[in-house]
Amino acid sequence: MSERLATLLGRIAALVVLRRAWRGRRSRSSGRPRGDAAGAPLDGDRSAASESPARREIPADRRAETLVAALLGLAAIFAFGFTGAYVIDGTNPRYLGIALGGALLLLAAACVVAGKRVVPQETRVEERGLLLRERETEEVVDALEAGGEGISRRALLGGAAGLAGAGMVTALATPVASLGPGLAGIHATPWRRGVGLVDERGNPYRAQDIVVGSLFTALPEHGDPQSLGASLIVVRLGPEYLHLPAARRAWAPEGIVAYSKICPHAGCAISLYRYPLYRPTSEEPAFTCPCHYSTFLPGEGGRVTFGPAGRSLPQLPLMIDAGGLLRAAGPFHEDVGPSWWSVRRGES
Amino acid sequence: MIGKALDRRVRRLARRSEERMGASGALRWAMRYVFPDHWSFLLGEIALYAFVVLVGTGVFLALYYTPSDTQVIYHGPYALLRGEQMSEAYSSVMNITFGVPAGLLMRQVHHWAADVFVAAIVLHLCRVFFTGAYRKPRDLNYMVGLTMLMLAILEGFAGYSLVDDLLSGMGLAIAYSVALSIPLVGAQLGYLVWDGRFPGGSDFLSRLEIVHVFLIPAMIAVLIALHLGTIMRQHHTQFPGPGRRERNVVGTPMWPAYALRSIGLFFGVAAVLFLAGGLIQINPIWQWGPYHPYLSENGAQPDWYIGWLIGALRLMPNWELTVGGHTLIPNPFWGGAAFPLVVFATMYAWPALERRVTRDYRRHDLLDRPRDRPTRTAIGAAFLSWVVVVFAVGSTDRLFFRLHISYVQQIHFWRAGVWVLPIVVFFVTRQICRALQRSDTHPLRAWEGQLVARRADGGFEVVAESPPDRGTVPREPPAGTVPGRESRL
Repeated sequence: MSERLATLLGRIAALVVLRRAWRGRRSRSSGRPRGDAAGAPLDGDRSAASESPARREIPADRRAETLVAALLGLAAIFAFGFTGAYVIDGTNPRYLGIALGGALLLLAAACVVAGKRVVPQETRVEERGLLLRERETEEVVDALEAGGEGISRRALLGGAAGLAGAGMVTALATPVASLGPGLAGIHATPWRRGVGLVDERGNPYRAQDIVVGSLFTALPEHGDPQSLGASLIVVRLGPEYLHLPAARRAWAPEGIVAYSKICPHAGCAISLYRYPLYRPTSEEPAFTCPCHYSTFLPGEGGRVTFGPAGRSLPQLPLMIDAGGLLRAAGPFHEDVGPSWWSVRRGES
Repeated sequence: MIGKALDRRVRRLARRSEERMGASGALRWAMRYVFPDHWSFLLGEIALYAFVVLVGTGVFLALYYTPSDTQVIYHGPYALLRGEQMSEAYSSVMNITFGVPAGLLMRQVHHWAADVFVAAIVLHLCRVFFTGAYRKPRDLNYMVGLTMLMLAILEGFAGYSLVDDLLSGMGLAIAYSVALSIPLVGAQLGYLVWDGRFPGGSDFLSRLEIVHVFLIPAMIAVLIALHLGTIMRQHHTQFPGPGRRERNVVGTPMWPAYALRSIGLFFGVAAVLFLAGGLIQINPIWQWGPYHPYLSENGAQPDWYIGWLIGALRLMPNWELTVGGHTLIPNPFWGGAAFPLVVFATMYAWPALERRVTRDYRRHDLLDRPRDRPTRTAIGAAFLSWVVVVFAVGSTDRLFFRLHISYVQQIHFWRAGVWVLPIVVFFVTRQICRALQRSDTHPLRAWEGQLVARRADGGFEVVAESPPDRGTVPREPPAGTVPGRESRL
């Protein structure tokens, strides 16, 4: 059964190929313009064409017609193939893309071949109209001015209309204010004296968990972890790297320091920590924000050493409670997160 | 037989529409409308067709997207994120990606189309600038185009921010910081847009969705109509050539050849986008994971059309305007707000500026070849190189990761280079333009010199000579005399 079908398909294909070849030869031997539209000179007439580029040709290209038909037929196969691919495995973008993209590509080819070799080819010359027509413009101006005939106090009316307009614009713009609350919570952080530091799963940090050379992310034990003021980065520094300002000496028990994780430049979470492997040839420990590479020194109160950040990283005073757990020893002393007009810079 | 039936049907259709609309005059005018042929005129069309694909795929995506920041636990088919806490928005995009048939295809096509859309607009803008197509009477339409470019960049940013994956969250954090940095009203503006402090109130994502799927697309659609309507009223510009004058327009009429070619271009653009969307992965959000403000990804890069802004933010020294312990103008303002404002303001002002300097207030319908306006071309190239350097600085971290060139040194180098390079580009471009003008050889088409052939007796004879006059029309050697062009020699 399938063998007979294959033979039949083969014969049809051979017939199509033969027919196409024969047609191609015939159209080549008699390939000449079928006619000319009224008025436009033919391409062959060089002397006339050099004056005006206008021309019209009728291609009468049967091979191109066959090609377009074949491309359209193939496009149909691909397009139906898209439905097939969707039914078989709709979540795989590969076959869907090849089927639909292929169908579109074949359609594109068909349109371009048809546009260039099947339909009449015409070059037309069109005169551009004037945009500014003096008399008509004058008429418009006259008509506009005629609308104000007999009005004596134009300035008064104009001023009053302007005032009403300004009032209306203000009135219509006012509801925009209901979009946003005031600046409530712009200074807020959950950190107070005694708030415990926990990790992302909610387990409390013990001081001994913070090992030298690693960066730890801490969140408040109670409080919204999504809040901009919540997250901290915590590291342990040896005394050789700890040069905190005098007022902050007590903020770093056992050399453990905590800073806001949110970069004061553009609000990204700081997640890069550079720690020297060999002190004589390396630079000091530093935090780097992966967004714009602002670099802060944890040993010097979060001072900016490179990058675009305009103020230092806010530091949180720490303490270790009787159970060895890390807790905040007080609130932040400056604003956390990206800066705005009149934000307090804090001191470092 | 079939042809006649078709003719009858066309006639019937034309009469029916005429009885109702009476539009045959307008239709005939539109069908005879002339399009001058030049490949560079297709760039705008590519942008238009990418927009069509964006609307089509965007409607599909909008049917499945949930603009909600409510935190849920993921239970979908992607095993590596199962049990993770994420917003409903991100979870709905994960569902589009892995659950909805053809969802990933549509999402990737949408993303590719956005990148191509903005790229086509930028290239179109370059074409318009360097050929002087923005001059009167097209200066207004040029500004409409600039506005669309600005909206397209905003639209793209809003689009990839809706996903609420790690990458989009980081982008939004930066956008919020730039909003906050605007003098005086920044904090209020940021709070207004985000419905509170970043990461935003519960209304933020639904507001962003309205902006992305309705407000900006509607604005772009209206501006496209205005853009095309103005073009049809004024007719296209054209390059100078035989029979082409300021007062006429020479080209292919809309019907049928140009319509077919343009529809072909539409299918071609759609084909490339669907093939890319099906075969080339873009923004694999499942790899980034959900966003939380305390998370970030190293070496994050935005879509290309945001690259110039991240470059500016990174390049800027840490200057801030401060008064007595308070910051007045925070740093992100310079790179994120002032820089794009300067770039766009310069482009908006250019046509008026050029008119005033050159005192040329005439109407222009013939295009300039870039070399024939050396100063304009040089200024354009210098300006472009300025923006491109800032754009490229956005990728200096990739250079550091790949080639281990010190990031700090690269930034220090470009802080000077960004001012030096445009000056160099200005003089080099002007010199190239003048040299090209003198020789007047089109780099690709025209030629100079003599063509010789060897005679049977061993001597040589001159077959052809380049024309002595140096007009503006590119000339070619006689057909069949140049090797590689159906050579007979």
